[in-house]
Amino acid sequence: MSAPVLEIANLSVAIRGSGDRPHAVRGISLSVGSNEIVCVVGESGSGKSVTAQAVMGLLPRNAMAVETGSVRLEGEELTTKSDADLRAIRGARMAMVFQEPMTALNPVERVGDQIGEVLEVHTDLDPKERRKRVLDIMRAVHLPDPEQMIDAYPHQLSGGQRQRIMIAAALVLDPALLIADEPTTALDVTTQAQILKLVREMQARKKTGVLFITHDFGVVSEIAHRVVVMQLGRIVEQGATEEVLRNPREDYTRMLLASVPSMTPPKRVPVSGPVVLQTEKLFKTYGRRSLFQPRARIVNAVKDVSLEVRRGETLGIVGESGSGKSTVARCVARLVQPSSGAIRIDNSDIAGMNEAKFRPVRRRVQFVFQDPYRSLNPRRTVGEAIIEGPMNFGLPRAQALQRARDLMAVVHLSPEAVDRYPHQFSGGQRQRICIARALAMEPELLIGDEPVSALDVSVQAQVLKLLDEVRRRFNLAVLFITHDLRVAAQVCDRIAVMQRGVIVEQGTTSDVFAAPKHEYTRALFDAAPGRNREFFASNAAGA
Amino acid sequence: MADVILDTPIAAAPAKPAAAFRKMLYNPAVLFGSAIITIVVLIGLLAPWLGTIDPTAINPIARNKVPGAEFFFRTDTGERIKMIALFGTDGLGRDVYSRVVYGARISLLVGISVALISVACGLFIGLLAGFFRILDAIIMRIMDGLMAIPAILLAIAMVSLFRSSVWTVIIAITVPEVPRVVRLVRSIVLSVREEPYVEAAVTLGTSTPKLLWRHVLPNTVAPMIVQGTFICASAILIEAILSFLGIGVPPEVPTWGNIMAAGREVFSLFPHNIIYPGIFLAMTILAVNILGDGLRDTLDPKMMKRV
Amino acid sequence: MYGYLFRRLLGTIPVMLVVAVFIFLMLRLTPSDPAAIIAGDNATTEQVAKIRGQLGLNRPIVEQFFIWSGKVLTGDLGESFFFKKTVAQLIGERIEPTLSLAFFTILIAVLVAVPLGVLAAHRHGSWIDRIVMGFSVLGFSVPVFVVGYLLIYLFAVYLNWLPVQGYQRISEGFGGWVQRLILPSVTLSVIYIALIARMTRTSVLEVLSEDYIRTARAKGQIERTVLFRHALRNAAVPIVTVIGLGIALLIGGVVVTESVFTIPGLGRLTVDAVLARDYPTIQAVILLFSFVYVMINLAVDMLYTLLDPRIRY
Repeated sequence: MSAPVLEIANLSVAIRGSGDRPHAVRGISLSVGSNEIVCVVGESGSGKSVTAQAVMGLLPRNAMAVETGSVRLEGEELTTKSDADLRAIRGARMAMVFQEPMTALNPVERVGDQIGEVLEVHTDLDPKERRKRVLDIMRAVHLPDPEQMIDAYPHQLSGGQRQRIMIAAALVLDPALLIADEPTTALDVTTQAQILKLVREMQARKKTGVLFITHDFGVVSEIAHRVVVMQLGRIVEQGATEEVLRNPREDYTRMLLASVPSMTPPKRVPVSGPVVLQTEKLFKTYGRRSLFQPRARIVNAVKDVSLEVRRGETLGIVGESGSGKSTVARCVARLVQPSSGAIRIDNSDIAGMNEAKFRPVRRRVQFVFQDPYRSLNPRRTVGEAIIEGPMNFGLPRAQALQRARDLMAVVHLSPEAVDRYPHQFSGGQRQRICIARALAMEPELLIGDEPVSALDVSVQAQVLKLLDEVRRRFNLAVLFITHDLRVAAQVCDRIAVMQRGVIVEQGTTSDVFAAPKHEYTRALFDAAPGRNREFFASNAAGA
Repeated sequence: MADVILDTPIAAAPAKPAAAFRKMLYNPAVLFGSAIITIVVLIGLLAPWLGTIDPTAINPIARNKVPGAEFFFRTDTGERIKMIALFGTDGLGRDVYSRVVYGARISLLVGISVALISVACGLFIGLLAGFFRILDAIIMRIMDGLMAIPAILLAIAMVSLFRSSVWTVIIAITVPEVPRVVRLVRSIVLSVREEPYVEAAVTLGTSTPKLLWRHVLPNTVAPMIVQGTFICASAILIEAILSFLGIGVPPEVPTWGNIMAAGREVFSLFPHNIIYPGIFLAMTILAVNILGDGLRDTLDPKMMKRV
Repeated sequence: MYGYLFRRLLGTIPVMLVVAVFIFLMLRLTPSDPAAIIAGDNATTEQVAKIRGQLGLNRPIVEQFFIWSGKVLTGDLGESFFFKKTVAQLIGERIEPTLSLAFFTILIAVLVAVPLGVLAAHRHGSWIDRIVMGFSVLGFSVPVFVVGYLLIYLFAVYLNWLPVQGYQRISEGFGGWVQRLILPSVTLSVIYIALIARMTRTSVLEVLSEDYIRTARAKGQIERTVLFRHALRNAAVPIVTVIGLGIALLIGGVVVTESVFTIPGLGRLTVDAVLARDYPTIQAVILLFSFVYVMINLAVDMLYTLLDPRIRY
């Protein structure tokens, strides 16, 4: 390995004004050699993004500043450079790709021009030469039909295509260092697999040094040569990927690795309780063509979906975005009116019921939402949130409050905390409160719409454990929506795989995971990063 | 399993509403605006005791006196009193200072009434439009139509229909302001309806009226306060314009606009008719607008994005 | 593209319908006899009866509405008894001064306000920002006629640089036309500048916090280009929107400004008509102004399709 492309030594970034700690990152040292991919992995608040921004000199000026330490790019010190000098380097010798492809591109400019902008800023090429270079790089990142796409606008492209445009813009001048800040987190798992492959390919092509930030150990195992683990602004551990993943030295690393669900579903006893939920030929179509909108898009969100869930069992619906899995959940909870088909809760068909008739049935079907930060009314105490449901059905306030306190204990939160407001709790705690709120209704069916997707991996593990406990204790039927195969493996007795509104495969988890039959299911499994790897599942008897 | 675990300690921060209120009190814009408005309100309320005489008293001998000049006037009991016309007198000999001080009453009355009524109406209609799709289309068409007529013209049109009085003016100014409030409320309702916590309330079986009251309405409070403040400023302005053009409140009732209208002809010679009421008018509207800005910055900075 | 244009055009019909109904009902809702009001105080009973016949006041109200709409759409806006001319003639005479005033005002306002707003956003938090915002609030708060009188006093009476009042038709001399329009346009533009500068600043600030600005900086782009090529082009839509919506304020201001500066335009006509209770004229003027406002906002909508490629049906 030759001289490192990037060398960070003892870097500290201070936060101005109020924050939960005085430094975003403290005393971190890492290096990236040419021709290697270094992954920085950590949970939210670990400071990994701040590190990337500090290297690029893009820290938000009023909020953060480099306090001490050095950042060297190919031997040159960056922290002491003037703005103008840094601008000359950015885009040319070091480049960055961001997380959200939807918003990272200028919506009113053609994508070809946006790639060309890098050339405009750093080179003297004339427009014809620039166009040629842009087409070349677009071909290199495998964009279909570059001659047409160069004149397209961002909103006309898919998420994966937009991310390729970003990568093209970053690599068009062959920088020595590429920084990627969670570039695949917002993408579907199949798209993610393609982008990861692209990153590996581009890196090998020009022997670029890559600093890749992620929270997903699966991604780390797919592409990283070395890995750096960060927590709360400090580096906990770093080393070669194989070493760190197999023999983590630090407790925190071990804890993180243990929290990653295994891809192998555990052995499960088939459930034989009564059927609580049954859908039959469920359809949901959006959009209607009318005189005023003759070309309105018709979206078949859910097509001919039939499934059932028994008491005491968890059925998972797995799919990517646009698969219709959330729509099915919302139809069952009657947050959305199905277009046709039957939904039976304990043998009464609720699909066509009007709201008044459905209300008593609502008690039996409860919902946990994805975003813990928006699922609770910020102006009401959590106690009030939990008792709202029972009080709607006649339970007097005093009893409802007692039930609320009991449930807080069930979800492992202090019962006295019922008087606090949501903003005083963390994301994981809020999700537990939402579970308590659902349980307060004493439901038979609990629907979770990606209930852990917005949580850090360590918190995720705890909430999943809680869900399992709650299901066993109250003998619930659970409908679990997720895009994460590992979570599905751990939590679900049976799974249904959906693609574009249709169930392509259904069966017990172990069967489907062991031998997927449908080609989409197979593609989904192939795309899961680190699928062949068991993180720490066989080692260490427990966390 | 261990008893009660908390992943991270729960913050002991004070509840949000109290913190916001305190922030509001310390905002310089809010303080400045409220101070000025309070002064003007006091001036209006205490008008009879601030060294004024009857603002409608016509006094032909004392016409067009410059500010600071002396003049004589007859009280109800027949005495002759010597007074100094602080702001001069107008073409009919009326004391401009007294008229300006009493004028504060009408301007504030109109401003506050219009603000309250338009917010109340707009809130009600907006909630209906936001929550019931059938009504939405009809209501918004009507609102669009009303908004197509520029506010002053609409007010002028309404004033021309009915007998001239303060209440006519208040209604006339309220009507054009309502559509904007409706639009704002409707957009708030539509966006709040999408929030997961409102959907959660639906799954808990909360009825629609309770949903509106408990979850939707509180989100409208801050924007309504801010919007109401701006409407108050706008209403004072429009009332002044209407009076200035001679189509506002009856001419005997002193308002700042009236006073300036009376002084139009002789402006070049006797600018005091326009200057003093103009200053009061500008200061008051400015104070209300600044208050509105301050309230918006502290209570609801995201409001601007919503409309 | 043309389909979109056509559909937006269709969309303005319900709006104008509401306006028309409102204006139509306006007269019919007065407690007194509309015919008597129109005829004026000095009319004889025969004249009143004639007008009643003309207006068809004996027919059912819906039929009246259609008759009236029909007349309006063919250009027959009725007769003004006060001015002793047809309303159409009146409007024809008075339209030039108003258009001239509006033209200059919009020109001044846009040329001054947009750069100020961009500057304030770019130097967010600095004294320039505070001054621009301060002037903006001031511009909003000081009534148009107060500004007018202030400027008249300063420039016409005290300094004697410009004429106090009045209007000169362009056919009577270009220089005089411009000179007489300076004070009125500047007066009227104050509130418009306040509105546009503020909106420009807000939009640009919002845009500057978007992700693609960060991307542009990551490419090493210089600040000035980031501001104009990326920020302003994205902020253009809300800015243009507020210019269109602000026309309503402009129209209101025209009424007052023409009164202060005694310009014989449509604004003055409105005030005179209201004072004289000349309903046909009031109706026609309001209808005209509303129509113009709706059309301008339609044009703004069309402009969006040029500015933002996402808005293409």
